[in-house]
Amino acid sequence: VTTAASEPLRRFLQVARGAGLRVSAAEGIDAAKALDLVGYHDRAVLKDTLALLLAKTPEEKMLYDDAFELYFQRNEFAEPDDAENPGLDADANAGDGAANESGGGDGSAADGGGSGNAQGNGSGSGQSNASALAQMLMRDDRAALATAMEQAARDAGLENIRFFTQKNLYARRILERMGLRPLERDIEAMRREATPQGLGRAQFLEGKIEALRDSVRDFVERSLILYARGETEKFREELLKSARLSNLERRDLDRMRVLVRQMAKKMAARYAKPRRRRLRGHLDTRRTIRRNMPWGGIPFITVWKQKRIEKPRVMVLCDVSGSVAAMAQFLLMFMYAVNEALSDIRSFAFAGSLTEVSDILEKYPVEDATAQIMATIGYGSSNYGNSFADFADGWMKDVTNKTTVIILGDARGNRTDPRTEIIRELSDRCKRIIWLNPEHRSAWGTGDSDMFRYAPFCNLVTVCNTLRHLERVISDILQDAT
Amino acid sequence: VNDVLPPGLSPLDSIEAVEAGLHQFGYIANRQISTAIYIAHHLQKPILVEGPAGVGKTELAKSVAAWMDLPLIRMQCYEGLDESKALYEWKYGKQLLYTQILKDKINSVIGQEDDLTAALEKLHGFGDVFFSHQFLEPRPLLKSLQEPRGAVLLIDEIDKSDQEFEAFLLEILSDYQVTIPEIGSVQAIVPPIVLLTSNSTRDLGDALKRRCLHLHIGFPDDKLEAKIIASRVPQIEARLLKQIVSFVQQLRAMDLKKVPSVSETIDWAKVLLLLHTAVLDVDLVRDTLNVLLKFEADIEAAGKQLAGMTHKAQAEAGLA
Repeated sequence: VTTAASEPLRRFLQVARGAGLRVSAAEGIDAAKALDLVGYHDRAVLKDTLALLLAKTPEEKMLYDDAFELYFQRNEFAEPDDAENPGLDADANAGDGAANESGGGDGSAADGGGSGNAQGNGSGSGQSNASALAQMLMRDDRAALATAMEQAARDAGLENIRFFTQKNLYARRILERMGLRPLERDIEAMRREATPQGLGRAQFLEGKIEALRDSVRDFVERSLILYARGETEKFREELLKSARLSNLERRDLDRMRVLVRQMAKKMAARYAKPRRRRLRGHLDTRRTIRRNMPWGGIPFITVWKQKRIEKPRVMVLCDVSGSVAAMAQFLLMFMYAVNEALSDIRSFAFAGSLTEVSDILEKYPVEDATAQIMATIGYGSSNYGNSFADFADGWMKDVTNKTTVIILGDARGNRTDPRTEIIRELSDRCKRIIWLNPEHRSAWGTGDSDMFRYAPFCNLVTVCNTLRHLERVISDILQDAT
Repeated sequence: VNDVLPPGLSPLDSIEAVEAGLHQFGYIANRQISTAIYIAHHLQKPILVEGPAGVGKTELAKSVAAWMDLPLIRMQCYEGLDESKALYEWKYGKQLLYTQILKDKINSVIGQEDDLTAALEKLHGFGDVFFSHQFLEPRPLLKSLQEPRGAVLLIDEIDKSDQEFEAFLLEILSDYQVTIPEIGSVQAIVPPIVLLTSNSTRDLGDALKRRCLHLHIGFPDDKLEAKIIASRVPQIEARLLKQIVSFVQQLRAMDLKKVPSVSETIDWAKVLLLLHTAVLDVDLVRDTLNVLLKFEADIEAAGKQLAGMTHKAQAEAGLA
C-alpha cells in the first residue's frame, strides 16, 4: 500500500467515523487492499467498493452515502467560486482596470517591490509564502490556491475540528499558514509609500484577500460538517436521553421517537432470543435413549434437560391526564417496540376512568394511536380510585401469578378515595407491581399525592422521567424473565 | 481457481467480466453485486447479503456456482443448528464396528506380550485410528473446505441461527479453517467463496459483520426488473413484460403488509404466459393477484385500485 494513494482514504475513514460509522482498523486495511485492486479512477466503483467494506447496516449505508458525496465532491475553487467570482472580477476590473490591463509588466514590477519589502522586514520564513500567495492572488490561479489551502488545512490539523465554536480559530490558522500576515504587511507598506501603482495593487489584493477569507471560511464550515456531524448528533442524542420527557420541545419529538425505537430494538434483540436454556448436568434419560436408538441404545449422544424460559406478561396502566401525558406516550411506545421480547402485553389508559387501549395501539402507528387515546379519555382530571375499580371489574380475572403490572402515574387523585385495597388485592394476585412516578421523590406524598399509600403494595416504586430511566426499568423487567 | 476454469468462462479479472459471466447464467446483477463478487474473490472475504425476501439472494449464490463451475454447498440455518449438523459428526456405527473388530483381533496383535505395560506400549504404537478422518462424516462447512477445486458455500438465513452458532462461524469466515478437537485444525484446500444471507429478523453481531463484505440487495427498479424477467421467462412478449413490471412497481409503492418480491413477479409472468395473455385486464389481474400478494388484507387493499393501476400499466406499455 503506497502512502500517497492511501492518504485520501485515511482521511475519508476519519470522515466516515465522524459521520457515525463504526469502522474498525481491520476494515480500514481491507478498504486499502480493495482500493489497490479497483483504483480511484471510477467514482461509482469506488463508492460501491467502500460501501461494501465500511457500511454494514441500512442506517450506516445512508450515513455513508452522505459522507461519500460530501467528501469526494470537494474541489475547492472549481465550483463554488465560479458562481461568486464574476462579481469579484468585475469589482477588480472597475477598481483598477489599468493595472489589470497591463498584467505582465505590472506583475513583475510588483514582485520586485514585494521582495524588497520582505527583505526590509527581514522575516525569513514568511517571505516566500507571502510572495507566493501574492502571485497566486494576482494571477487568480485557483488550482494553486486550492492546493495551498488543502495543504495549509492539513498543517493546521483541520480534521480534528469538532465544534462549531472552533470555526474561526481554524480559519485563522489556515490563512496564517498560507502566508496572509506578511502579505498584509506588504500591502500596508504599499499604502504607506503611496505610489499610484502600489495603491492600485494594494486595493486589488485586498479585494482578493477578502474573497480568499470567504472561501477559507466556507471550507472550514464544510469540513466541520464532514468531520464532526456524527459527534454533534451523538452529543444531542445523549442530551435527549437524559432530558425530562415533560420538558421536550416539539422539534425534538421526532428525534426522540427514533431514539425510543432504537433503544427498544436493541433491548428486544438482547432479550428475545433465549427461550430455552440447557441445564448442564441434568441428563434427560428418556430422550437420550430415544436419540441413541440407532446404535442399540449405547449413549453416544447425551441429551440434557432443558428449562423453558417464560416470556414476561405485562400489563401497563398509564395515567394520561395532562401532567403525565408525555411520559405515557413514550412508555407505551417503548412497550410496543419491545413487543418482540414480550409474549403478552396489554395496555390500559386512565384519567377519570379506565379503558383498555391495546387494540388501538396494535392497529395504528403509535403517533396516531396516542392522539386517539388522548382524544377519547385524556386530559381529564385523574381519579385513581375510580380507575382501579374499573380495572378490578373488567380485568382483575386476567391477572395471574406470572403477570407484571406496570403503573405509570403521579398518584395524584385530586383527593378522591385512593381505593388502596384494590392494589392490595392486585399485589396478591400478580407477580409484581412496578410503579413509575414522573415526579421527583421529594414531591411524593405532598398535597393530593397518594404515592405513599400505594407504595407498600408495590414491589418497586421509582422515579422515571427520562428516556434513560425508562430504558433501565424495562431492561430490569426483561432481565428478570431470563 | 482461474486455471481450472474451462475456457470461455472468463475468470474474475474485472467487474465487467463478473457482470457478463453472471448474465450468461441468467442472473442480472447490478454494478454493486458484481463489485461485491469481484472484491470478495480477490480479498478472500465472505459476503453478507441482506435484503427483503425474494430479491435473489440465494439465487446469486447458485448463479456464481454455476458460472464458476464450482459445487454449491448450501447450509440452511435454523434455531438449534449446532456443530454436529453444520461441521462434522463421527460415524458412530462404523466406530462401533471397529471396536468389535478390535476386540476380536486384539489377542492376535498383543497376545504374545505377557505383562500389561508391554501390551499397552504395543497398543500405543498403532496410532489413534478411532478419531481419524476415516470415521469423520463431513457436514456442509467441512465439506466446503475439502473440495479440491474450491466451492461456493451458501450459509442461508444466518439470522435464524443462534448467537452461539454465529460465534462458531467466525473461525471459518476469517481463516477458512475449522478446529476439530480430536484431530486439530483443518485448513481449506482452496478457500471457498462464502455467501451468507440474512433477512434481518435479528441484528447480527458486530464481529461477524466486521469479517464480511456487506451487500444490500433491494428491490430492483423497473428497467432492471424487466431485464431479470426477460432473462428468466424468455418467451414473454415485450409489451406484456412492460405492463407486468409497471403493475408490480405500482404495487410496491402501496402500503402493504408484504410487497411482491422479484421471485413473485417471475411467477406471475409465468402464470400470465400460461394463460396466453397479451394485455392485462382488470378481471384477469384480480383472478391472478394471489400469485403476487399473500395476505388477504393486502389483496383487499389492492383490489380497490386495480382498475387504475391496470390502466396505468397499459398506458406505460403504449396501449390503451
